[in-house]
Amino acid sequence: MPTFVYMTRCDGCGHCVDICPSDIMHIDKTYRRAYNIEPNMCWECYSCVKACPQHAIDVRGYADFAPLGHSVRVHRDEEKGTIAWRIKFRNGTEKNFLSPITTKPWGTAIPQLRSVPGPSKEMRDGQLLYNEPKWIRMDDGGLHTLKSAGLKLKKGVYY
Amino acid sequence: MAYKTIIEDGIDILVVGAGLGGTGAAWEARFWGQDKKIVIAEKANIDRSGAVAQGLYAINCYMGTRWGENNPEDHVRYARIDLMGMVREDLLFDMARHVDSTVHQFEDWGLPIMKDPKTGRYLREGRWQIMIHGESYKPIVAEAAKKSADKVFNRICVTHLLMDDSKENRVAGAVGFNVRTGDYHVFKSKTVICGAGGASNIFKPRSVGEGSGRTWYAPWSSASAYGLMIDAGAKMTQMENRIVLARFKDGYGPVGAYFLHLKTYTQNCLGEEYESKWFPELQKMVGKEYLDPEASHLTHRPIPTCLRNHCIISEVNAGRGPIHMVTMKAFQDPHLEEVGWENFLGMTVGQAVLWAATDVDPKNENPELTTSEPYVMGSHATGSGAWCSGPEDVSPPEYFWGYNRMTTVEGLFGAGDAVGGTPHAFSSGSFTEGRLAAKAACKYIDDGKAEGIVVSDAQIERRKKEIYKPLEHYRIYRNAIVAGSVNPHYINPKQGLDRLQKLMDEYCGGVTVNYMTNEKLLNIGLKKLRIMEEDLESLAAEDIHELLRAWELKHRHRAAECVMHHTLFRKETRWPGYYYRGDAMKVDDENWHVLTVSRRDPETGEYTMEKAPCYHLVSDKE
Repeated sequence: MPTFVYMTRCDGCGHCVDICPSDIMHIDKTYRRAYNIEPNMCWECYSCVKACPQHAIDVRGYADFAPLGHSVRVHRDEEKGTIAWRIKFRNGTEKNFLSPITTKPWGTAIPQLRSVPGPSKEMRDGQLLYNEPKWIRMDDGGLHTLKSAGLKLKKGVYY
Repeated sequence: MAYKTIIEDGIDILVVGAGLGGTGAAWEARFWGQDKKIVIAEKANIDRSGAVAQGLYAINCYMGTRWGENNPEDHVRYARIDLMGMVREDLLFDMARHVDSTVHQFEDWGLPIMKDPKTGRYLREGRWQIMIHGESYKPIVAEAAKKSADKVFNRICVTHLLMDDSKENRVAGAVGFNVRTGDYHVFKSKTVICGAGGASNIFKPRSVGEGSGRTWYAPWSSASAYGLMIDAGAKMTQMENRIVLARFKDGYGPVGAYFLHLKTYTQNCLGEEYESKWFPELQKMVGKEYLDPEASHLTHRPIPTCLRNHCIISEVNAGRGPIHMVTMKAFQDPHLEEVGWENFLGMTVGQAVLWAATDVDPKNENPELTTSEPYVMGSHATGSGAWCSGPEDVSPPEYFWGYNRMTTVEGLFGAGDAVGGTPHAFSSGSFTEGRLAAKAACKYIDDGKAEGIVVSDAQIERRKKEIYKPLEHYRIYRNAIVAGSVNPHYINPKQGLDRLQKLMDEYCGGVTVNYMTNEKLLNIGLKKLRIMEEDLESLAAEDIHELLRAWELKHRHRAAECVMHHTLFRKETRWPGYYYRGDAMKVDDENWHVLTVSRRDPETGEYTMEKAPCYHLVSDKE
């Protein structure tokens, strides 16, 4: 489904509109609240569900093949770095899961490449990428080449 | 029309589409071009865009050379056999020798990678796959890209590449429109790295109602990688090599972790193993080089995925469906049960929704599997995409023209789905390809190859008119009828998509014809696609959102046309289980152990097809 939005919970903030990869969460002009304008282009990716500060968005499985009476709810906590899921079956069975989403505080672990020492001419003319060769094996090993692997490329049918 | 024209000038590197390939390109470009202007144009919001928007539970391409697990050439041999020989081994080797450094960076950036408690190494799902808690995979790589880029333009649907008016066959940027404001955006750039998406939804899906959104590949992967590059005159390769996925029925939940980590297996409706009984007949079609179950058993050489699909399709056609995944054993172990569910929640929540709705608990029953509609894309397990140059120190002369991952259009580079011949790149390989393309693009600029680019106002105006035509067409003709969507002057994007999917399905080997086609059918299909192209001139868009769907449809149509031409050209059945050429039901290595390459002339719309040699890695002692 596709996602749908509970009338009483949505305050029209537009976080879902901002994040939806399919551009299908729009604000209804009369009610000033969000809704899914094109359910058959919804992947049930939950990007909007996770982004909604009011937990106003939910998913009702695709009508083609999913009977009513189920729910899969999620709470993504950026500060704690976790995501919590609750699955409720049509028959009432419940399952809960909790996973990490990151191991580092947001915005702290990625360097600014504009200010790291730039590449040498030798590196520019060679095959290495940023942080290589060190980061390929985390030791002193070099980049693999056909020569180092004792290989060549040959035309035709060979297995 | 009242839309503004917004020009972004003086760009060095324009990244079109910031999925895993595009974010890799933007990130790495900053290192090689510390003073260069790097700009991203993204159709959605970079924090949740592309095929990994939802997250991933595994990284499917990691060598582990630091622990002596695999070498790059091992991965090349694996991808080669899985694709029945048809791969670009130079590009694959290059991707595989760099991919580990990409994954190590991801871990450093905070991506939670699971560890084997005994060895301390990354927890392996299979030989190439490692397991991650990847719900925030995309936000993490987006952060890296945003850090490197000068500007990120979200919600820009890029419709065309700009071409240099002073030198033939050289790229000069891109144009598109903002799907919220409607404004016309012009990006003038020395190079373009195309990281746009592959093609979902060009074949009729099994679910045609609401459920048509639950495609295996993201519904927003609108074949724009191909539409943009084909229209610019770039050569394409292996576009016939579509993929059909054997997945959990309806939800298309992934099976990799189930097979590899949970050790589940499949059986027919009678509870029998069915695969091996189809092998003798199949071996006659494809030859022992491609299917040798005994050798596979002894050496762990994989059986090509298409051939395993063939067994499922054949068994179902023989009346012994459905095929079940036997989960009841594995799911008795609470840890494995947790892995099984989290696998879905991490990347295909819809499958968990479906099982909750249908009370399928894999602990108590074995869920159904099915084969999907076909998809065309270049980063998962097939190699459709642009014909690109490889790296200088690896590629033979036919595969090398100066800059790594540059297409046959000067200054136009590719990454991820855009690059042909590099299957099994997946997320980490796509990011790596983006990095390689970024380095090469910087070198191209530093070598002075992008000097003197001219973009005429006429080109910019012509594209603008073209882009908004569906809105204009709607405005003119909407009042010819009382109300509703039936109008003799136009079709809307959804009606057009239905037509495209139906004809691709019926003439190009879709699911309702059991993936079967032949020369006669393909020729009819091409004729219908040509007529459809005329009708696309009468496409109507009611608003900006529909204009987005209109351009996605045009990109899908162009990609579909290319797929049809390639399928017609290759007169053999190279990948039974992905599609069948009924008039040439065998693998024909004598004539077709080659890569197919096409070019559409942007002026005439005519396609020329050629065969390119297929090189394989062999020992240099031979």
